[in-house]
Amino acid sequence: MRDVAVIGVGMIPFGRRDEDTLLEMLAYASLKALDDAGLGDKTVDAVYVGNMGGGIIQHQTAIASSLVDRLSLLPAAADVVENGPASGGSAVKNGVLAVASGYYDTVLVVGGEKMRETTGWRATDFVATMTHPQAEYIYGVTLPGMAGMFTRLYMEKYGVTREALVAVAIKNQHMGGLNPYAHVEMAITKEGIYDDHASIVNNPTIADPLHLYDACPVSDGAAALILCPLEKLKNPAKPPVVIAGFGQATDTHTLQEREDPTDLKAVTLASQQALEMAKLKPSDIHVAELHDAFTILEIAESEHVGFFKKGEGAKAALSGKTAFGGTIPINLSGGLKARGHPVGGTGVAQVVDIVWQLRHELPKERQVKNAKNGLTVNFGGFGNNVLSFVLRRVEQ
Amino acid sequence: MAIDMELEAVLRPTQYPMPPYPPKVITLANGKKMVVRQAVREDVPEILKSVHPCLFIERDYYDIVSARLYGELLAWFRHRVKSEYCLMGQVDGYLVGVVNGRMENEKVGMSYHTLAIDRGLRIGSHLFAAKMEYHMEYLNQEEVLIVAESPIGFRRWMIEYPLEETKIPHELGGGDSWRLTREIYFKAKPRLVVGDRPVPPELMEEAEADIKFADDDTIRERIAGLKGR
Repeated sequence: MRDVAVIGVGMIPFGRRDEDTLLEMLAYASLKALDDAGLGDKTVDAVYVGNMGGGIIQHQTAIASSLVDRLSLLPAAADVVENGPASGGSAVKNGVLAVASGYYDTVLVVGGEKMRETTGWRATDFVATMTHPQAEYIYGVTLPGMAGMFTRLYMEKYGVTREALVAVAIKNQHMGGLNPYAHVEMAITKEGIYDDHASIVNNPTIADPLHLYDACPVSDGAAALILCPLEKLKNPAKPPVVIAGFGQATDTHTLQEREDPTDLKAVTLASQQALEMAKLKPSDIHVAELHDAFTILEIAESEHVGFFKKGEGAKAALSGKTAFGGTIPINLSGGLKARGHPVGGTGVAQVVDIVWQLRHELPKERQVKNAKNGLTVNFGGFGNNVLSFVLRRVEQ
Repeated sequence: MAIDMELEAVLRPTQYPMPPYPPKVITLANGKKMVVRQAVREDVPEILKSVHPCLFIERDYYDIVSARLYGELLAWFRHRVKSEYCLMGQVDGYLVGVVNGRMENEKVGMSYHTLAIDRGLRIGSHLFAAKMEYHMEYLNQEEVLIVAESPIGFRRWMIEYPLEETKIPHELGGGDSWRLTREIYFKAKPRLVVGDRPVPPELMEEAEADIKFADDDTIRERIAGLKGR
């Protein structure tokens, strides 16, 4: 296996991009990554596109074929990778495997989604298509509904309070305000979403005990990266970052079949695989991007990755350990909560944000000083298909 | 423009007595304080400056809502509508939202429009609730007839309250009216109608001193820009 370097990254601002088609968004992010990699007139060997909803929302399938043509990358190999909200992570994994195996030398991985051209409830229904059709979907379950039940169990088992969830929401929206790529740039206050009686309107219950500001927005957006073998990198213009480890694990399709529904086994396994491959421990990670589609998931994943013991994640969030300047800063991009969650794009965007951190390219209010190791968790289904990546800065 | 007051006496509708809406203050999600207060007729030309840039925003039916609101407020200013009122929301003195309606008769209220000029802070929800509060608690009406022109409005009014479907035509045309009864209002009030009275004097002074307006580009960006909230 060859070491795989990320030599170019690109992202377009997430939000509501009414003027752009899904294909255009994917193309813009790709062009930025190609430009960042300084590939010049060299082309890429293969393209992996992470996308979940093109076939449903845009009624457009096989978008990888369209993309290579639009980008004039013919005759590069091109595949769409669909794995629910972990589509982006799966696309990255496929790109990494392709380069690591020696089969391809230069690979473009891009993930994106255009979700705002449909109504919120149809977008929620679209995401719910990944639930079990006979055991869950037909009963009307949605991802916010599942997250609500999960949160209630987590609260009962580990004493997680709403204050901890509120702390995560405030932290991530604050960081989103510092990130020009973030969908949500509005800072929120504890008074406005929790303490004041007006919070009943400002921050209504969406799936008890979760409230509006516990959930990520529905976003349009795309992100891309260029991979190549580290050994072929000669005099890189930017500090190389390698995919030092990756892991993927699955769990039961339905939540109720799990022995302990609060145990996110796939997160534990995927991150363990990634850390072991990178020969690192959780305490070696300097910055992480976790899949906070709901605030509770940032807390739960921070425990399952091993940053904190079970039941300690909420306390860590409340004490500022996961904030900028804390012992393990999490979601300095704003996370899904504020950067946004274009489902097929999220897994790629997480890697892009960590690359920026490890290159030390971010403004000082978001840059973790001397960051060398970063980790991502891309959470598919309700934890039934999870990918994790560990990235490392290579000192030249 | 010269006005023939003899003719005006014929053209101007008589007005029902309308007790004032007492101002209140609401804490928004971002911690800012929004003062909700009743506009007076003389405020209309200033308010229209903020409505005007919205006329050209297609997103979420802002064009229809603001065009109709513009006409309704102008009609109120020029005395061509019966018993209309307008409430507005101000943050740091800046106009962030406008709602209006009128008394169809002493028992029935007619809801007109809700325009959130700043988005993502549930300003529209707060102001619509204030409008219903005015009809039910200060005008003491039996019911309010409502239609929605946007899916967001439908979600906020028809579903969240929830309103009662009727076959009664609405003054705005379009779909039939949905009805807010006193029973529905008082049931929904604990979860949808908020605000504190009296408004602290310094906030009230700031709001009344000057209605401030964001520039057109800022308004367009807030309503139809890339960033959500």
